[in-house]
Amino acid sequence: MSVATTLPGCDAPQAQSAAKPVLRERGQREVFCGLTGIVWLHRKMQDAFFLVVGSRTCAHLLQSAAGVMIFAEPRFATAIMEERDLAGMVDAQDELDRVVTRLLERRPDIKTLFLVGSCPSEVIKLDLAKAAERLGAQYMPRVRILNYSGSGIETTFTQGEDACLAALVPVMPAEAEAAPKQLLMVGALPDIVEDQFLRLLGQLGIEHVGVLPARNARDLPPVGPNTRYILAQPFLSDTAMALEGRGATRINALFPFGAEGTSDWLRAIGREFGIDSAHVEAVIAPGRERAARAIEHSKAALQGKRVTFLPDSQLEVPLARFLHTELGMDPVEVGTPYLHASHCADEVALLPETTRISEGQHVDNQLDRVRSDKPDLIVCGLGLANPLEAEGFTTKWAIELVFSPIHGFDQAGDLAELFARPMRRRDRLEV
Amino acid sequence: MQLSVWTYEGPPHVGAMRIATAMKGLHYVLHAPQGDTYADLLFTMIERRNHRPPVTYTTFEARDLGKDTAQLFQDAAMDAIERFKPEAIIVGASCTAELIQDDPGGLIEAMDLPCPAIPLELPSYQRKENWGAAETFYQILRHLADKSVSPGPREGRKARANILGPTALGFRHRDDLIEVRKILEQLDVEVNLVAPLNARPSDIARIGNADFNIVLYPEIADEAARWLERTFNQPRIRSIPFGVSATRAFISEVAELVGADPTPALGDTSSRLPWWSRSVDSTYLTGKRVFIFGDATHAVAAARIARDELGFEVCGLGCYNREFARDVREAAKDHGIEPLITDDHLEVEDAIGKAAPEMVLGTQMERHIAKRLGIPCAVISSPVHVQDFPARHSPQMGFEGANVIFDTWVHPLVMGLEEHLLTMFREDFEFSDEAGPSHHAAHAPNTAHKAPVMEEEVIPEPEVTELDSPAWTQEASKELKKIPFFVRGKAKRNTEAFAAEFGRGEIDLDTLYDAKAHYAR
Repeated sequence: MSVATTLPGCDAPQAQSAAKPVLRERGQREVFCGLTGIVWLHRKMQDAFFLVVGSRTCAHLLQSAAGVMIFAEPRFATAIMEERDLAGMVDAQDELDRVVTRLLERRPDIKTLFLVGSCPSEVIKLDLAKAAERLGAQYMPRVRILNYSGSGIETTFTQGEDACLAALVPVMPAEAEAAPKQLLMVGALPDIVEDQFLRLLGQLGIEHVGVLPARNARDLPPVGPNTRYILAQPFLSDTAMALEGRGATRINALFPFGAEGTSDWLRAIGREFGIDSAHVEAVIAPGRERAARAIEHSKAALQGKRVTFLPDSQLEVPLARFLHTELGMDPVEVGTPYLHASHCADEVALLPETTRISEGQHVDNQLDRVRSDKPDLIVCGLGLANPLEAEGFTTKWAIELVFSPIHGFDQAGDLAELFARPMRRRDRLEV
Repeated sequence: MQLSVWTYEGPPHVGAMRIATAMKGLHYVLHAPQGDTYADLLFTMIERRNHRPPVTYTTFEARDLGKDTAQLFQDAAMDAIERFKPEAIIVGASCTAELIQDDPGGLIEAMDLPCPAIPLELPSYQRKENWGAAETFYQILRHLADKSVSPGPREGRKARANILGPTALGFRHRDDLIEVRKILEQLDVEVNLVAPLNARPSDIARIGNADFNIVLYPEIADEAARWLERTFNQPRIRSIPFGVSATRAFISEVAELVGADPTPALGDTSSRLPWWSRSVDSTYLTGKRVFIFGDATHAVAAARIARDELGFEVCGLGCYNREFARDVREAAKDHGIEPLITDDHLEVEDAIGKAAPEMVLGTQMERHIAKRLGIPCAVISSPVHVQDFPARHSPQMGFEGANVIFDTWVHPLVMGLEEHLLTMFREDFEFSDEAGPSHHAAHAPNTAHKAPVMEEEVIPEPEVTELDSPAWTQEASKELKKIPFFVRGKAKRNTEAFAAEFGRGEIDLDTLYDAKAHYAR
């Protein structure tokens, strides 16, 4: 699945009001590949191990991205291909069996093993699906073995999570005949955030709530025609398609960032489940009020300031909307690696007419635009942050937005603070 | 396939990036898929560089594979040259591009470029980062050095040296260079060229203008220096100035080669290590057992300094770069120990566990291993993390480098007086194991709220390491707990070995103290 083709079945016509021209660029991209998703996915699924089949580069990337985690007996590793693995296919499959056997002997606690494809394994067409099937037959029921691709040629950063969750959908149990309508919350969230959402959904009176990914990958929620799913993250297009393939229906809403985004997300669920709107408002009122109060602390630093997002995670559009509608920032350019037209339609509609939305990247051309736009704040990756600071810009490094709890009412203040802090720091330093 | 969580070295194209990023006016066009730009972070974050590395990635994606990735490469090369106007470019493939069999070198040849283009062959599935850096540097010299340049006769001019090896992401390269320049100044030697760090392609052309070469880091510049020796007849200085003795040897060797008086440089009074090491507080350092692991050059130098300048005993020595394993094997023989040549961190961890050293000198990985085992540790070699690219001047070379090394290595150890107190008052609640030495980063005094009456704690039986090792009595177990934690592991091992050797059925107090007497040093 190539990232730039619009997904069949997901290209619903946009509402006219939301149709903004999108600048599409090709060229050098300064982004992570999907393997990076392993860094947070392995923390979320406590019984899962991620084995990348790749090169030394893949191992080096994971070690650079995982930082200190690498030393905590992490549940991921790389099977580094060597020259003899490239010589013949049969040999590579045998090697894979050897490595997996050794791994499962060493780590008897593993219940789900993901074989993760990389650029090198994709290019030599090493059939990991076949390997997963063969090894699965050998190790089931003790270990379930699945596969997905986190390669850079196919996935950008958070799309690695999308590919991983999409691989889980086929093994979700089918919901029972005549099952009641149930909700499925989709996207890996920090445990604390997930618990907050489950509490709110309980207060709304929704009884059947499943979460994907489940904290235990062998304990997946059921799915079927009575399932209504809602995305907690904007980068889950393949997972959405796979869920629809199993009969589930999407609830359309803003993504749950800030007081407004979280309210809209919960209201959409309430409407879908026929819950009295007065009750919905009563449930969300306290959190909404707390969020608005917490956001206020950062307003002075951010209001009226111009912000540019460089493409990184697909969180850019919803976050630009949050900064615009709730903190009064002016988004100059919002770059995203991939824009899902229908999932993000409501978000795009709330951005000002003047905002330039760009999809894909030609990094040098984009930096030329940054230099002529001169935004007050640039949200970008760590490869660009220090060089841009050295040019006199203020930056916020984007990866933190994927690694920190930022969704929901009670993280809205922290989310605003992530953007306000570099601005305040800039004003404070006297050297 | 090799199962790996941590890798000491990146792939070879990262080595090429280290050369390109060190130089000025050179651009690297790298045929690579989306995502390989992660390596930029090593330079912008760990080394805190304020510029993007001069690398253009072609960033091909799956949909390009059916089409013309070769065209993509040529377009990227043209764009980069137009935008950055480099004096020269290097071109190559990352591990994935190596598989799709576009030939960057051939593709570049077919283009009419306004600057020299140097093709790199970096086999990603056999070689690693250091090799990639060395090969890249060598190819740059081969392509750009003007072979007609020579230093000419020496009459009436200063001797001229090239300093080779400092790169981007090099462990303390920035400050080592300052120290080496200081020495050369005292010897009245002129620096013809430093490369790759801050050199331009046009500077490389006049590399033949020097009388001799100084290689600071063989891992990076050894191959280049050998070629220069053959091509320009430039001899090479063999000593590398790590530690006081090696710095003196380096000064003497350079002085002899250029016919200078070494006295002013040797008389440099900035060297404090010898007196610090002789002062009585350092007595407790005598015979401390250290385990050393890193790149071969730094590991071998560290072993020599540890033994000859600090009075430690080297109980383990190894390196992760096979290319220089011979140096480590020789040094290990000199120290009477088995060398450890491996790039598998689990093997290193096992070896450290077995050797039970009192201190570890290693890389970022050994820092974590030591932390896990509760052993003091200092960093002597790449790979390192952000804290080992410090703001302050912190060389490893020259007399100042030796001062830095003394402080860095002694700092994690318990100070002599503190160790003495720990032994005297080991039952004292404030000196409990949990308190740890006050120099440990992880030190968090957690005794403040404790009642000064120690509860009688249940002593778990010590782990049985081998099936046939004799059992410990409760009493001996308790006694073992009284031995300071930083030597307890060794005491336990020695006692068990002694019990096994002399057929003691169980380990009681007598066995413990008989073993102590047996192994007394």
